[in-house]
This record gives sequence, C-alpha cells and structure tokens, in this order.
Amino acid sequence: MLSVDLAARRLGLRPGTPVAKAQALHPDLLIMDADPDGDRAGLERLALWFQHRIAPIVAPDPPDGIVLDTTGADHLHGGEAVMLENMVTRLKESGITARAAIADTWGAAHALARYGRGRITIVPPGEMAAVIADLPIEALRLPADIIDGLHGLGVSRIGPLAGMPRAPLALRFGPDVARRLDQAFGRQAEAIVPVRLQAPVQVSRNFAEPISAAETIARYITKLVPPLCAGLEEREQGVRRLDLLLHRVDSRTEAVRVATAMPVRDVRRLTRLLCDRIETIDPGFGIERMVLTASLAEPILHRQGVSALIEEEEADVSDLIDTLANRVGMQALYRFAPVESDVPERAVCRVPALAPEEAREWPDHWPRPTRLLPRPEPIQTMAVLPDHPPVFFIWRGIRRRIRCADGPERVFGEWWKGDAELTTVRDYFRVEDTSGETFWVYRTGDGEHGETGSQGWFLHGLFE
Amino acid sequence: MPAPEPRPALEALRAQVSRLEGQGRRRRGALPFGVPEIDGRLPDGGLALGALHEVAGGGHDALNAAASGLFSAGIAARTRGKVLWIATRQDLYAPALQQVGLSARRTIYVAASSDVDVLACFEEALRHQGLGAVVAEVARLSMTASRRLQLAAETSGALGIAIRRWRRQTDAADFGQPTASVTRWRVSVLPSVPLPVPGVGRSRWLLELIRARAGECADFEVEACDAKGRLVPCRLALPAALADRPAQEAAGDRRARA
Repeated sequence: MLSVDLAARRLGLRPGTPVAKAQALHPDLLIMDADPDGDRAGLERLALWFQHRIAPIVAPDPPDGIVLDTTGADHLHGGEAVMLENMVTRLKESGITARAAIADTWGAAHALARYGRGRITIVPPGEMAAVIADLPIEALRLPADIIDGLHGLGVSRIGPLAGMPRAPLALRFGPDVARRLDQAFGRQAEAIVPVRLQAPVQVSRNFAEPISAAETIARYITKLVPPLCAGLEEREQGVRRLDLLLHRVDSRTEAVRVATAMPVRDVRRLTRLLCDRIETIDPGFGIERMVLTASLAEPILHRQGVSALIEEEEADVSDLIDTLANRVGMQALYRFAPVESDVPERAVCRVPALAPEEAREWPDHWPRPTRLLPRPEPIQTMAVLPDHPPVFFIWRGIRRRIRCADGPERVFGEWWKGDAELTTVRDYFRVEDTSGETFWVYRTGDGEHGETGSQGWFLHGLFE
Repeated sequence: MPAPEPRPALEALRAQVSRLEGQGRRRRGALPFGVPEIDGRLPDGGLALGALHEVAGGGHDALNAAASGLFSAGIAARTRGKVLWIATRQDLYAPALQQVGLSARRTIYVAASSDVDVLACFEEALRHQGLGAVVAEVARLSMTASRRLQLAAETSGALGIAIRRWRRQTDAADFGQPTASVTRWRVSVLPSVPLPVPGVGRSRWLLELIRARAGECADFEVEACDAKGRLVPCRLALPAALADRPAQEAAGDRRARA
C-alpha cells in the first residue's frame, strides 16, 4: 500500500503494508489503484489555485506537498496565522486534510508540515534551528537508503546529525546529507520554481516605416491571423476573445477587441471580424507595432456530423452571430425560451442566441397576441361585470366599438412570487373591433371581489 | 399545352433584358404560398428566394405591425433553417409566432439600436448562406439601401423580408417611394369570419400585392396563417368549407366553449 487515509490509519494500516494482509485483516476494505500521474496533475492544479488565491510564487512539492513563498503576501490575508488557518480550512472543506507550516526555509517548512506537532506551525524568524533540531531525520527529504544508513549509525534526530562532522558523512553517504541540512538551516539558498500559467498565444509585427492606411492595416491583419491560428492549432484551442493592440508612434495604444460566441480557429472568420473593426482605429501619426493576442482561448469541441439519412444538418450560423455581436453587442442577440408561467410577460425569457435548444414550448390552448406592449396600457371601457367583455374601449384617444370577443381567460397571481399576488386575478379577453382589428385586453380582478384587483381595464397586446 | 416554338429573336431580347437588369444570377427557386390564386400571380410561382420582399400593414397596423409581422412570421415558418428577426422595438411575443409555426428555437432576435443598425445587420445577414429567412423591421428604406439588400440577398439565396413599420401614421407615406424589392405587400385586417356562436372567428386579411417585379398587382382575401404558417383563401360558403379543415373546426369549437 502506498497511502492510507485517516480511517485506515485508525484501523492500524500503514503505507507499506501488503494489500493481501490488509484485506485479510479487514475484508471490506476499499482499495484503489495508485495513480501517480493523476496525483501529480492534481497537485499542479492545486498549486495553480494557490497561485490565484494566495501568493504568486507557488510550486508543487511532490508527492504530497505544495510550497509557497508568502513573503509580502501574508498581510493581504490577515497575517500568517489567519492565512494558514484559512488555507487549511478551505482545503478541508474540499475534502483534503492538510497541515501547514511557515518557516524561513523550504526545507524547514517541509519538515515541520509533515513532522511538526500541530496542524499549523509558525516559526518566528531566527528560531528555526532550535525547532527543527528535534525532528526525525526522515523530515530532511533524503533518499530512503541514506535514512536507513543513518539509522544504522544510531542517528535519528536532525540536531545530532547537524552536529556530526561533515567529511565522514560526505564520504559515506555522498553530498546529499550536507546539502539538505544546509537547505533546511538556511545556509544554502533553494529557489522555488513557480508553476506558470500557459502564456496566451500571441503574434506581433514591428514596422520599420509606420503604417496608417486602412488597407495596410487590413493587409497586416491578414498576415498576423494565420500564425495565430497555427499557434492555437498546436494547443487544439480556438479563440473566444481576441485583442489587437496597435502601438502608435506617439506611444499611445489603440486596441480592438473582438469576441466570439464559440471557440473559433478559422483564419477567414477571424480576419473578417478584425477587419470589420478597422474603422474604429485611429492611427494618429502611424502605427509602429501590431500585437495580436488570443486573450481568451478554449478547447474546440468537435461535434459529430449528422449523417444524411434522416436529419438534415443545419447550417452553422455562429460566424454570423459573431459578426453581428461585434456590431450591436452580444446581449443584443438572443432567443426566447419558455418559462412556466401563466402571466404573459413572465412566460418568456431571453437566452443567448447560441444557447442549447430546449425541448419545451409554450402551450397553445389560447391564442396569443403578435405584439405584446412593453407594459399594459390603461384603457377606458364599459363592460358588464363580472365576466363580460367590454362594449367599447378608448385607447390612445381612439374609441373602438367591439364587435365580438373571446374570453375570459383567467390568469391567477403567482403567490410564490410575493404576498401581494396571493389573491390577484387577471381576466383576459380577445376582442375584435368593427374594423377587424383584434386586441388583447384584461381586467385586473375577477369582477366581483375587491381584493382580487382594482377592476381596471388594460390593453396588453395586439393580434393580427 | 404544346411546347412553345423557339423564337431566337425573343430569346436574345430576353437575355439582353436580363443582362441590363444586372442579373447573371441563377434562379434560386421560390417559396410558394400553397395558394394557387396567389402563386399564379407571382412570376416565380411563389416568393422568390434570393430576393428582398417588403411587407407593410394597412391602417393602424402600419404602426403596430401585428398583422404584417404575423404574415412575415408565417412565411418564415415555412422556410428551413434559422430565422433572424432584426428590430429596434422589442415587442414581438414569441408564443404568438410559435402559433403560426415559427418555433422559438429557430428564431434569433437582434435588438438594433437604430434604423442604420437594422439595415447594416440586415445586409450582413442576407449575405450569409444558411439562414431560412431574414426579417427586419424598418421605417425608411431608400432605393440605395434596398438595392444593396437585394444584391446581398442575390449572392446568398436568402429570403429577405422587410417589414415597413413607422412611428407615426404620416410617415407611412414613405411606402409610396420606389425600392428595389422584388415584391411589395400590404396586409390589412378584415372583420373576422362570423361564427354561429358568440366569439371571435378566424381572422381574415386583405393581402394586396402592390408591386411584383415582372408581375402584376393583385388583391387577395385570405384567412390568417394557420398553425403551420399557411394561408387559406377565403371561401364564403363557410360551414361546408370548414368541414374539411379539422384544425379550424377545433379552433372554432374552442372559442365557442370559451
């Protein structure tokens, strides 16, 4: 066994126990195959998370640790103790049992986090030598055979080891022992090579002679996009956001940003999107450098094509959506989706134009108006209560006599939206005037009880 | 019908005329209404694809564009592929479009901030191959703008519908100005079909084909689009005609109950 969790440790299992023996002792033991590559990748991801949240210099310390240089970062998180407490608590919430230590050196912190007493250890500057002298030599990041050899010599603590003469140690065990001791005590520097986020794909071009004509800018855009797409192809990504920075000779910078609804790696489409925006660029006295950055890139998901047996493949309109969105804004492109509500204005919601299509549709028991007024407009009417349609109504100064009507269609208030809607009612009528125009009017209230509404009439929509 | 005898001189003249019209364009086909009376009047046997069509409402509908909107939605519903609906005023009610067969899944709306934006998006969308129809609500449509739209539609074979919708009744006079659109329609509401019981009958439209390139003007009285976007010509012997349209009968039934 390579590793055991806390419950298993309580049962007396230790790393190194043969699996067969453990199973014999505890028949219903859950055993999983070791996945060192997966562990390393997970550690790397966790390190990146720390880099985002705590401090910029972070490195994974395989097999089970992460090292951070928190110099100058602790005060941002409320001091060293609070920071460590937060980190450990946050990890615990994610199901990871962790111990943390702060010391002057990587070696000492490594040793304290694994062999220290508490869950959290903070060693004040300068007191480190005294603290780690007590720890076992296993804490020194030495290979197992050297540890065994040292045990053979009767050395089990770091303090006595540090006091031994160096030369015989080096002769017998090689230079590692002295190096690890020096690193732990801070006599030898040890650099943390931080994990790094993948740099965005970027291409640039300098001009000996500044350019300013729109055609010239367009020409160089067409030259920059193909290498960018090649770089993206290597990573199997497509751009969601593209930044074109144009550095002018007067050291100002013009920027053009285009966004796409889905990851794109098509040279023609990206060129087109950028060239559409050339008119927004002010070249001033000329542009001497162009930088094109894929500031947001995502993996391109390949979709299985539809075989031509029954379904006909629908043409892809995402390029048009991108072109239009860069003109009018992404939020100005939308589709309507059904919401389960009987209140007409709540029955629709806007979803992004390329959102996955949903299967639901509006029920069509009742005719609905083609145009719905942004808000219902009060009208003057005359109607027989409780359930007759109006005889006439006046809307926007025009009096219309009603020839025939359908209704009422009763819509109840949605009490789960608010107490005020507990009793409210609207009665909708579809009415046609003498010229043939059809309107959607409603009365608030059921025509009998005051608490159901004000019994006023409103026009809400227009039919064909 | 016997095959027409070849007339080389006439053929040459036709070729010259079509060259003058600036069209080396392929015939893109047409979207028939499925109503022989209307399709017979249109030179392509239906609404020409790869062309711009104009629809306006008569009377108050010029401002509200409810009937003209529904008429356009019915046409769009009978196409295949996504439909783009460009407008400055966002008052379309999607459940109503679904009731004439234009599913909300197919329809992408563009909220433009000005007529200039509408026309720019309209032209861009008409150039795109792969949309079923592009519908745009515009107030003013100049000869130049419509010419650009028509050329854009020709390159892609898209069906473009410009709904003419004004802010004021007086602006509707703009509809008299010539444009490059292939057909021009006016939809006015007529009193609905009277029912034997109280209630609103099936609504009827007066459909005026005001202009058709290489065609003639005509008026049609039709019943409004059904659940698949189809128009039905009015026949006055109602009860008998209703009998062979079960959907209609059910609708009448429902209203009667209501």
